[in-house]
Amino acid sequence: MKVIELKKSVTESNDRDAEVLRRELKGRDIFLINLMSSAGSGKTTLLSRTISDLAGRVRIGVMEADIASDVDAKRIASLGADSIQVHTDGMCHMDAGMTRAGLDALENNGSRIVFLENIGNLICPAEFDTGAHKKVMILSLPEGDDKPLKYPLMFRESDALVITKIDAAPYFNFDLEAAAARARTLNPDIAVFPVSAKTGEGMKAWEDWLISEWEDWRDA
Amino acid sequence: MHELGIVQHVIRTLGDVAEENGVKRIGSVTLEVGEVSGVVIEQLVDCWNYFRERDPLVAGAELLVETIPAVTFCTACKGEYETVRYGKTCPLCGSPETYLLRGNEFSIKQIEAELFSDGEESAEEGQTGETSTGGK
Ligand SMILES: Nc1nc2c(ncn2[C@@H]2O[C@H](COP(=O)(O)OP(=O)(O)O)[C@@H](O)[C@H]2O)c(=O)[nH]1
Ligand SMILES: [Mg+2]
Ligand SMILES: [Zn+2]
Repeated sequence: MKVIELKKSVTESNDRDAEVLRRELKGRDIFLINLMSSAGSGKTTLLSRTISDLAGRVRIGVMEADIASDVDAKRIASLGADSIQVHTDGMCHMDAGMTRAGLDALENNGSRIVFLENIGNLICPAEFDTGAHKKVMILSLPEGDDKPLKYPLMFRESDALVITKIDAAPYFNFDLEAAAARARTLNPDIAVFPVSAKTGEGMKAWEDWLISEWEDWRDA
Repeated sequence: MHELGIVQHVIRTLGDVAEENGVKRIGSVTLEVGEVSGVVIEQLVDCWNYFRERDPLVAGAELLVETIPAVTFCTACKGEYETVRYGKTCPLCGSPETYLLRGNEFSIKQIEAELFSDGEESAEEGQTGETSTGGK
């Protein structure tokens, strides 16, 4: 027996699959966004509002991984968006292979933005590249403004941070400035959007960012 | 479960490694796991013992785990301290503005492997009468 030194990341084979998928999606004109958060942070609610607000401007699809049932997928489909449900068999994150399989369920034609609603936790999804072009994470007010200190990798990896449920501000001791500052210490380039999907406050800034990132990607 | 997915990824990565290096069979795999990587080592070993029997490349291979201690960095005083002992509040200056520096890793450090060429070499060695030097 011979010893072979590897020093290989466990995620290496996945990283390669993800890179291939990312390039293929460019050819299919699908802009894929990996949406990550703890369970109940408001992913489905944010997506629902975004789909309604952007109706007529861009075709949106949602791949639901974070589900106990198909309730979320039905909610999305009722809004007229393409909805795919993926079965994760108890896994704690989506990887590139599972994402590819999910996307194959999408009819092939037409330019669009597809959101992957990842499984609700902040640890595992941060480590696995799904092949998405952008990563967006959600932090909801009730989770506390010190979350960046607890889950630094997720904040470092994300292109945007959406802080949801800001309509609940009177009930929680959440310091928006502190949360944004902590996120920026970990990731100076992160875009931060405080929103309420309930009242609509802040939604426009988030949607404008989304559209402009999509257009930049398409035109690149 | 996190460990289930991780073991599947490890085995796939080992498959790639085997192809690149002409590995016939793997005898042991050494992982480096950060103290706060969130991986439960007992579960990892259970998943490993289950999955290894489904792939001839790693059938019977032993899983060895080396733990990397977790270290936290304090943005206030720029100090470093043991994460597990002190948590997120810096013991040097009391600041809560800290983040993890190390201890989150998860990588495959090395493998012990039998190569396809091992057999050929020993056959050649046998023919030329040389004494074997490498390997176990
Ligand atoms: N007040 C308030 N509640 C919200 C908001 N967004 C989501 N919620 C609630 O939070 C709960 C979880 O939301 P959901 O979108 O299902 O979270 P997911 O598990 O991340 O998809 C639901 O009861 C939502 O009604 C918001 O902006 N404001
Ligand atoms: Mg949901
Ligand atoms: Zn300090």
